[in-house]
Amino acid sequence: MITTTIGSLKKNSSSPRVILGTVMTGLSGLCMILTLIPLIAVLFFVFVQGFSRLDTDLFTQLPPPPGLDEGGLANAIIGTLVVVGIAVVIAVPVGVLAAVYLSEFSHGNKFATSIRFATNVLSGVPSIIAGIFAFGLLVSSGIVGFSAIAGGVALAVLMLPTIIRTTDEALKIVPQEIRWAALGVGAYNYQTVLKIVLPAALPGIVTGITLAIARAAGETAPLIFTALFSNFWPNISPQGLAEPIATLSVLVYNFAILPFKPQQELAWAGSLILVLLVLGTSILARLATRRKVY
Amino acid sequence: MQESLRNDEELLRQSVIELMDVDIFYGTYKAVKEVNLNIPKNKITAFIGPSGCGKSTILRCLNRLNDLISSFKLKGRVTYHGQDLYAKDIDPVEVRKRIGMVFQRPNPFPKTIYDNVAYGARVNGYKGDLDELVETSLRRAALWDEVKDKLGESGFSLSGGQQQRLCIARTVAAQPEVVLMDEPCSALDPISTLKIEELMQELKENYTIVIVTHNMQQATRVADMTAFFNAEAVGNKGNKVGYLVEFDQTEKIFSNPEEQSTKDYVSGRFG
Repeated sequence: MITTTIGSLKKNSSSPRVILGTVMTGLSGLCMILTLIPLIAVLFFVFVQGFSRLDTDLFTQLPPPPGLDEGGLANAIIGTLVVVGIAVVIAVPVGVLAAVYLSEFSHGNKFATSIRFATNVLSGVPSIIAGIFAFGLLVSSGIVGFSAIAGGVALAVLMLPTIIRTTDEALKIVPQEIRWAALGVGAYNYQTVLKIVLPAALPGIVTGITLAIARAAGETAPLIFTALFSNFWPNISPQGLAEPIATLSVLVYNFAILPFKPQQELAWAGSLILVLLVLGTSILARLATRRKVY
Repeated sequence: MQESLRNDEELLRQSVIELMDVDIFYGTYKAVKEVNLNIPKNKITAFIGPSGCGKSTILRCLNRLNDLISSFKLKGRVTYHGQDLYAKDIDPVEVRKRIGMVFQRPNPFPKTIYDNVAYGARVNGYKGDLDELVETSLRRAALWDEVKDKLGESGFSLSGGQQQRLCIARTVAAQPEVVLMDEPCSALDPISTLKIEELMQELKENYTIVIVTHNMQQATRVADMTAFFNAEAVGNKGNKVGYLVEFDQTEKIFSNPEEQSTKDYVSGRFG
């Protein structure tokens, strides 16, 4: 006869394992709160400081000259939209098509491997290097000078790796069988990619693009010596795009260090708008991913 | 004897696809050797055999789907109505238009049911009435009654068996002459399987069907002709090379095969 003693099933709160478990859970919770503090603090601070200036003038007026009150930063808002718009026009087609090549047509050759590596390197490059690149390419060479175009090119360089990588990943998730099926009914490669693979990967691609936009919209360093700044209304015409243009991020940088209160307040308001822009695009990206196909 | 000879001759004359001394390589690794086979018109031909004997590989080389694998190489000749499929001036897309494929797992496009069926016709520049084509294709695939009220819904909203029939409708809508099926029922329940088998019987009036199956009962139920493939080890690295053992009327393969290994396989002694 074998007899087994049935031990108690109750939790032994003095056992070292139970204590260790409780301590570790508490510790990880604490670290979670610690990481949230800066995030919440930044948001809170920007909101409190910027909210007082959040009025219609902000979106309709030019910044005041030093020493004067009132005014807004409408030119910088338009400028940011223009410069980011130029960057999107350059980076999205190039980036998406590059990723299509990598994922669909390269068959994993050496060239593709090196492009992927280069993309990863580029995504780690400090943003100021992208600015220097655009400065050397377009500004100091005299091709367009300090301008919205130069700023857009600098931001496009920053956006490219994000767009290429996320599009590449999104395309990889599309099951191989779908491509076979399309080819199996007599589709050419371009028809397969255009009508089947890209639509299936679209949510992922849109997410990547919006994240890239969110990042680019907040960049300051590459714009300081490409788009420069302007206290006037941007001139949205082909010639106007070759002139310096105001942007929110550079406005924050310029005004925050001025000794005048109205300008400092505008800098806070500009920060708030930037934060809201980034928040908005992130939410958009989330919404796009929710409609995932695969 | 005389009669069977004449039958064989007629069969040969009516064959749609012929394989002559086909060797298939992946890189330097030989996967299939010396396959000689004639696929008869408007018949169902089944490929059976143990795993890894190259059935699917051979099936895919019939519509050049293996082209997508960069290390793939084929020696010998595969002809479709006498045209060498692997000649330099052959457009694989034209080949796949005429020789359609249904895959192991249902793989509808992430589109509506209607667009799934219409896709093949659209990419091929179909000029006729698309609505009509979609309806006839879905009817041929015995799916019309189940989906006619929800053609605008996603293909993913269907059950597995319905999805597979949708894939068959999609293949049929591209108006091929030959339909290749790579274990089309392996992911389906018995009722869906039965539906697809009935469907194949109807389809063979208009199409030539080649089916790879692991299920020997299925081969006896649907196939007119059966090819039994086997694999043998080569070298000492565990590499296997597939080859055709026997190709004959299904009845003969399952009741009175020429080869001992066929007999062993169909009676369930290995594989």
